[in-house]
Parts: sequence; C-alpha cells; structure tokens
Amino acid sequence: MPELAAIPIEIWLAGGIALYMAWAIGANDVANAMGTSVGSGALTIWAAILVAAIFEFSGAFLAGGHVTDTVRKGMLDMTLLTNDQLVWGMLASLMSAATLLLVATKFGLPISTTHSIIGAIVGFGAVSIGPDAVKWAKVAEIVLSWLTSPLLSGTLAFIIFQITRSLILNRADPLSRVRQVGPFFFFYVFFIIGLVTLFKGLKNLKLDLSIEESLLWSLVVGLVGALLGAILLRRARAGKKDEDQRFSQTERVFVVLQILTACAVAFAHGSNDVANAIGPLAAVVGAINEGAELAGKSAVQPWMLAIGGLGIGVGLATWGYRVMETVGKKITELTPSRGFAAELAAATTIVIASRAGIPVSTTHTLVGAVLGVGIARGIGAVDLRVVGNIVVSWVATLPVAAGLSIFFFYFFKGLLG
Amino acid sequence: MAWIDKLVGRSPIGPMQEHMKASVACAKEILPLIEAMAEGSDERIRACRDEIDRLEHAADEAKHGIRSNMPRRMMMAMERRDLLDILDFQDSIADVTQDIAELVDQRGMHLPAALVEPFRALATRSVAACDQGATIINELDELVETGFGDREVARVEGMISELGRIETESDELLDAACRSLFALENELGVSTVYWHQLLLWIADVADYAERVGNRLRLLIAR
Repeated sequence: MPELAAIPIEIWLAGGIALYMAWAIGANDVANAMGTSVGSGALTIWAAILVAAIFEFSGAFLAGGHVTDTVRKGMLDMTLLTNDQLVWGMLASLMSAATLLLVATKFGLPISTTHSIIGAIVGFGAVSIGPDAVKWAKVAEIVLSWLTSPLLSGTLAFIIFQITRSLILNRADPLSRVRQVGPFFFFYVFFIIGLVTLFKGLKNLKLDLSIEESLLWSLVVGLVGALLGAILLRRARAGKKDEDQRFSQTERVFVVLQILTACAVAFAHGSNDVANAIGPLAAVVGAINEGAELAGKSAVQPWMLAIGGLGIGVGLATWGYRVMETVGKKITELTPSRGFAAELAAATTIVIASRAGIPVSTTHTLVGAVLGVGIARGIGAVDLRVVGNIVVSWVATLPVAAGLSIFFFYFFKGLLG
Repeated sequence: MAWIDKLVGRSPIGPMQEHMKASVACAKEILPLIEAMAEGSDERIRACRDEIDRLEHAADEAKHGIRSNMPRRMMMAMERRDLLDILDFQDSIADVTQDIAELVDQRGMHLPAALVEPFRALATRSVAACDQGATIINELDELVETGFGDREVARVEGMISELGRIETESDELLDAACRSLFALENELGVSTVYWHQLLLWIADVADYAERVGNRLRLLIAR
C-alpha cells in the first residue's frame, strides 16, 4: 500500500462509505440473526457478538471473493468504461446504496442492500455511459436468482422441517432425540462451511488444496463441529417438565441448534452481503491503481475484505448489542425449531449462491424459508401481507437506487472531474 | 431481518385456547346454579346468573378479538374456515349456558327434590365433556409443533373419541332425567315443559363440546 498521504481522495471516499455500509450491515442484519439466541439465554450478548463477528468475518474473508468479483466487474463491460467513469460510477453506487440503507434503518423499510447496489451499478452504467456498458445477460441472471433463491430456500426449509419432524418432534421422546440428532446438523453446517472455504476458496491465504484434500479437511471440520455440538447439546438444560407445553423442553434444547444456524447465517451473510460494500471499493481502487481494463483482471485484495469484516464487527459491537437486546426481549412466534429450519435453509442457499458469485438478498432468502416451513404446516400463521410489502420494496428499490446513483454520478463528475 | 418477526404473524391458536377456557369457565357455573335451584334460593340463583352473564360476555369479547385478528391474507397451519367453525361451537357452549341461567332466573325455578340427582348427574357429565373439549383445544399448539405428526394426531384423536364417549354418557343421563321428570308430570303441570327445556339445554352443552372435537377431527384430516 502507498503512504497514507499519497492515497487519492477517491479511495478515501470509497473506503469510508464502504466501511459505513459494512458497519450498518453488522449493526442491523447480523444482530437480528443472533438476537433470538441471546433472548433465550443460550448466549450472553458479548458471546453472541464475538461469535457473530468471527463467522461474519470468516464468511467475508474466506468466501466473499466471488460475489465481490461479480459486483466489481461482472455487470459492466470494463472495456467501454474510462477510468474516471468507473471511479465516479462506483462512488455513486456506494453513495446511493448507503443513502437507501440510512432510509431503511430510519424508517424500518425492508430494503435489500444487494438490490440497491445492483440497481445502482446498472443505473449509472446504463444512463451515464450507455446501455451497451451493461452486461444485461449477467444482470438478468442475478435478477432471476432473486426469484429462484427464495424458491430454493423455501424448498430446503420444507425438507429440513420434515426431517426435524420425523426424526425429533414426532417421536415419543423428542427431548432425547434432539440431543442425538443435533450433532448431525452440526456436522452438516461445518462440513458445508469447510467445503465452501477450502474448495478453491483459500486463494486469499495462498493455500491451494486438491479436491480430495478439500473434501478430507471439510470432513475433519465437520466432525469437529459435530463433537462440539454433541457437547453443547449434552450440556444444554431443558428445564422443568410442563404438561401443558409438552414440547417446551425440546424447544429449549433446540436453541443450541439455533446458535449453530445463527452462525451459519452470519457466515453466509458475510460471504454475500459484505460484497455489496467491498465490490465497489475494490473497483475504485483497481481503476485508480491499475486502470479500468486491467482492474477487471486483478483479484480482490484481502485487505478490502478485511475492511468489510472489520466494519461488520465494529457495527455489531457498537450498535448491534442494542438490536440484540430488543430482538431478544421480543416474544417471537417463531419457535427455536422453526427458526432453526428456516435459518439453516436460508444459510445453505446463500452460501451456494455466494459460491457461484451471485449476489442474493439475505432477507428474501429468509422469507422464502419461513414460507417453506409455513407450507409444511409448521407455523401458526404467516402474514402474507408482509410478503407483499417485501416484494413491492424489492421492485421499487431497483429504480430508486438507479436514479440516486445517476444523480450521484453527475455529482461526483462535477466534484472530481 | 426484523421483518422475519412481522412475517410470522400472531398465531390464532393462543386466543382460540383462551376463548375455549372462557366458554368452559362459563359452563362450569351450571353446577353451582343447580345447587342454588336445589336450595330454592332466588338470591343465589341471581348471583349465579350474574356470574354466567359476566363469563359469557368475556367469551364474547375474546371471540370478536379472534375474528378481527384473522385476516384473509394469512397463511395458517389450519384452515381459517375450520377455526371459525370451531370458534362458533366453542361460543355456543357459553351461549347455551346463558340461556339456561336466564330461564332459571326469570321463572325462579326451584328444583323438586326428586329431580336434584338427575340434574346434577347430567350437568356434571356435560361439564366433564367441556373439560375434555378444552383439553383437546389445548393440544392445538402441540399439533402445529409436531407439524401434525401422526403420533400427536393419534393422541388427539384418542382424546376426541373419549369426548364422544362422555357425550354418549350424557345422552343416557338425559334420557334417565327426562323419565324422572315425566314421572312427575301430573304434579308439575305446565312447568314440566320448562324443566324439559332445561334438561335439553344442559345436554346441548355437552353436544357443543363434542362438536368442537368432531370439527377438529375434520381439520386434522385435511
């Protein structure tokens, strides 16, 4: 890295906004995912923050490169862009997404950072440079994935719920069954995380493993996870027996599994959403240091992913604990066993998408998963009006983000050009 | 992600159980009412009626709350139609109880000694049917918890069969009570009709409890 004074203003700007976005993502999204585990008393707030930060950072650092690449260079034809245009455009996209994130936080609107950053990049590319600059096929693939990812996670959630039903809940002794079956879920999550990370994922650490080696190590990671799970499940207290609520003990032990899925969500989230902040930053840095054309070829630098992970960690520590407190105290109708099925399905879907370099929306994937459990008659009531709201905001986010980004593009052009 | 919490709407199961509890609490007041009638105390009859009115009103409030909190655009583990039907039967338990109390109070009905035992036996059985109905409705959340797993379904169906058995018993007791009543027809004169009506209503309470169970059986079968 060059000396601090030599770093151009554009990089400072992009880095600053990216850090803000990562901070906001950590403060809200991640904290929400961990909140239930805190509320149930399974984790203390600071343990939850630590665990979330570790998994979020790992997700961003170890598996976040693919999506970052897509956001950075996948949607625009780099040969048609000048350096300046790329820098202004990516700065504008960051500004646009950050503004929407602020609005979303302020008014509690279900705006997806993924949707706003994609909308913003397409917007400035299509209008300021020309429709030819946009790789429409890639954009169509991404938008299509916003339909398929909830579908996939819904199907997975349906299946996972049926599995927990037939192996645990629909048994004579659900309490001891959850302790027996639980470690297998731990194995599954850790195995997948291991596989995603190791299978061509450790480029950042200059570690290249063959397929066999990756599989073997993932297996080891999975087994370690299973052992850890077995210990945690054994130690989990079920509390007193209640004849009126015969499943309350089982649910209390399910909380342990929900910690696991919260970790999986944090990892998946890191691998997917951090890219929204880091992708444009990487594009700006690349364009300034190496020129737009070359920047398309060079890799995302680890320090950028680290900034993303750091931002999320700080967000969790400075603001996230408040969110966790609120979420934790709220009485939720989503019991631990349902939360487990939904979160595990969503995390799996997001990780698969991240591996393929497709930026999906964490929220929509989760919504799909909750619907999947609902279709399996596992949830008392799912409010479809909320689904409607989310779909509307999904459609609305794209043009708004595009418009904002066009505005900011000309703003930066005037300011820096 | 706070949206996930809003997405999972308020389940109607808890309120349904509350309503059943309220209706059954109302029906249970039939027992002290019969004691008051046996004693021939208008004052105590009046007190029982007031209590029944109060409990019926509470059940009514709960019912309206459930109805207005069950918007159409909810995906529920149970059919909206089924739940509303069950709610109607639950509500009828309290309604019929109120009819009984009103008639007893308005006519100042003092129970002849020969009828005390038949009335008591029938009412006790009807209240038992209500209790069984409430136990069954308490299983609604366990049904959803297991995703209508066959083990839990079998358990609930067993409870419903037990409820059917109780209701049959109350039918037999009704038959016996009617015979005791008509044996006194000459003595009682025209009021026989009203005593008969009371017996039918007390048996109806068990009947509505049974319908709650039967309707639930239909819901489970879907």
